[in-house]
Amino acid sequence: MEATHSIGIVSAQRAQFNSPLACKSGGILPEYELVYETYGSLNRDKSNAVLVCHALSGHHHVAGYYADAPKNIGWWDNMIGPGKPLDTDRFFVIGLNNLGGCHGSTGPISINPETGKPYGAGFPFVTVEDWVESQARLADKLGITQFAAIIGGSLGGMQALQWSMAYPGRVRHVLAIASAPRLTAQNIAFNDVARNAILTDPDFHGGNYYAHGVVPARGLRLARMLGHITYLSNDVMADKFGRMLRSGKYIYSYDIEFEIESYLRYQGDKFATYFDANSYLLMTKALDYFDPAREFDDDLNKAFATARANFLIVSFSTDWRFAPERSRDIVKALLHNQLKVSYAEITSTHGHDSFLMRHAHYHDLIRTYFNNIASEFTA
Amino acid sequence: MSVQDHSALASSRPDFAAIAAWIPNGASVLDLGCGDGSLLRYLQSISKVRGYGVEISDKNVLACIRNQVNVIQGNLESGLSGFESNSFDYVILSQTLQATHHTESLMQEMLRVGREGIVSFPNFGYWKNRLNIMQGKMPVSESLPYQWYDTPNVHLCTLQDFEIFCAEHKINILERRVMTGKIEIGLLPNLLGNTAVYRFKRAA
Repeated sequence: MEATHSIGIVSAQRAQFNSPLACKSGGILPEYELVYETYGSLNRDKSNAVLVCHALSGHHHVAGYYADAPKNIGWWDNMIGPGKPLDTDRFFVIGLNNLGGCHGSTGPISINPETGKPYGAGFPFVTVEDWVESQARLADKLGITQFAAIIGGSLGGMQALQWSMAYPGRVRHVLAIASAPRLTAQNIAFNDVARNAILTDPDFHGGNYYAHGVVPARGLRLARMLGHITYLSNDVMADKFGRMLRSGKYIYSYDIEFEIESYLRYQGDKFATYFDANSYLLMTKALDYFDPAREFDDDLNKAFATARANFLIVSFSTDWRFAPERSRDIVKALLHNQLKVSYAEITSTHGHDSFLMRHAHYHDLIRTYFNNIASEFTA
Repeated sequence: MSVQDHSALASSRPDFAAIAAWIPNGASVLDLGCGDGSLLRYLQSISKVRGYGVEISDKNVLACIRNQVNVIQGNLESGLSGFESNSFDYVILSQTLQATHHTESLMQEMLRVGREGIVSFPNFGYWKNRLNIMQGKMPVSESLPYQWYDTPNVHLCTLQDFEIFCAEHKINILERRVMTGKIEIGLLPNLLGNTAVYRFKRAA
C-alpha cells in the first residue's frame, strides 16, 4: 500500500542566490545556494503551492526516494504523496534545506568565498526570520507569489508562523504542528546541554574541525541522545523499552545493559555520522532565538497583528518539549486578532515525535484541512 | 449549504432557528460544545458571523473542520481561560448546559467572554416528563432521549429553575423562546414546552 502511494523517484534541485542576505544577527551571506525538492505540479495560476518547513535535523528530502538510493525515503513521506494527507496530485509541494544546514544548502561546511575555506564557526547565526527571508526568495525564483499553505512541525512550525507575520499577503493557510511561539527556559536549557556536549568535545576545535580532519562525534552523539529523550514521552519509552535488559541479567558494567541505552547510543552514533556539529549548534540557537513577541513588549497578540492567514494549530497530548499549552498560547493570540483558527490536541503516546508519526486521526485532520484548501482553488 | 439543508437542520434542531434570529449580521459567536459545527455552519450560511466552536471530542473536531467551521479543541469543564474577556458578542451553549458538571462557573465564564449568552436546554418541566415521573419512571422523550443509566445529562432543570438561577446569579434574561418541536409555546411554557432558549447578559 505504501509503495503505491509514494511519490516515487525524486531528485533535488539547486537555486543560486547572488544578492547578499543580511542576517538578523548582523552577519551577511554574500551569496548562497538552497537545495530543494518539488512534488506535484504547479497549476496555471500558481495557486496550489505548499511549502514544507523542516525541523531541527530535517532537510529538503521530504517525500519519495532517490533512484540511486531507494531506501532513502523522505522524512515526511507518510504525510506527503499521491492520495496522502498533503496530496501531491493536487498540490505543488516544495521542501528545502535551510541555510546553515548540512544537506546541501549553504552552511558551515560550505566554502566561504572570501577565505576559500569552509565557513565553520564563521557561519553567521541564522534565525527563523532569515530562513523565511531566504524561502521567500526561493518562492520568487519559482514564480510563487502566494502559497496556498505553509506547513511545518516543531521548528518548522515556527517558520510557518513567521511567514504569516513577515509576509501576510504571501500565505493563505498556516499549519503549525507541535510548535511554540517561543521556547521555555527548560527547553533552552536542554538545547544548551546539547550544545555544550559539542562545544566541549576536544575534536570541536572551536568549530573549525574540518581543517583537522575530525568531527566532534562524541559531542554530537550526546546532543542527539539528549534530544531523543526529550522528543519521546515517558510512556512510550516505558512501553517500548521498559527496564528490558539486553542479556536478561545485570552484568555490572558501563557497557550497554538496558535496551533504552542500546537505542539511544544507536541513534546517537547514526546521527554523528551524517549531521554536521556546526549545523546542530546553529539550528538549536535558531530555536532559542525565535520569539516574535519580543519586539512587541512580549505581547504575542501584537506580534500577530499583521497576520492575515487562516491557521490550523495542532499539538500532541504527550509532547512535553512543545507542550499543548504553547500551542494554546498561539491560538489565543490568533483569536485576539480575530483570525480564522482551528486547534486540535491529538491524543498520542509518542511525545514530540508524534508529528512525524502515522496516526489516523492526526492524518485525517490534515487531509480534511487540505481538502478545504483545495476546494478554494478548484471550485 | 443548500436550502434543503437549511430546512432539514431547522426542523431537526428548532432551537437553531431561534438562536439565529437573535444573532445580527457581522456578530462574533463562540459556540460551546459545538458538536459537528452544524449551528455555526447554519449561522455562517445565513448571516456573516465570525464563529468559533469549542469541542472536546476528536470526532467532532474533525467534523467541524470538514464543515469548514473554526473549532478549538478543549474541555468546557476546565473553563474558558483560552478566551479573553468580552471577546465575543455571543457565547452559545446549545443543548449542553444540562450535561455540564461545573454549570455555575461555566455560566459565569460565558458572560466573562461574551457580551451576551444564549443557552438552549430541554425543559424538565415539560408535561410528558412530569407524567413519566408520576408514573414512577425517569423521563425518556425526544428531547431527553437517554435512559437513566446512559444519560450524559447531570444538571437538568425546568424553565422556572433556570430563571431562579439567573436571578440569584445576577444574570438578566433578555429574551426567552419556548417550543415543542417546531411549535412556539406561549401559554404555560413550563408545562407545554419541551425546549427553551434564553438570551441573557450580566446584570448591570
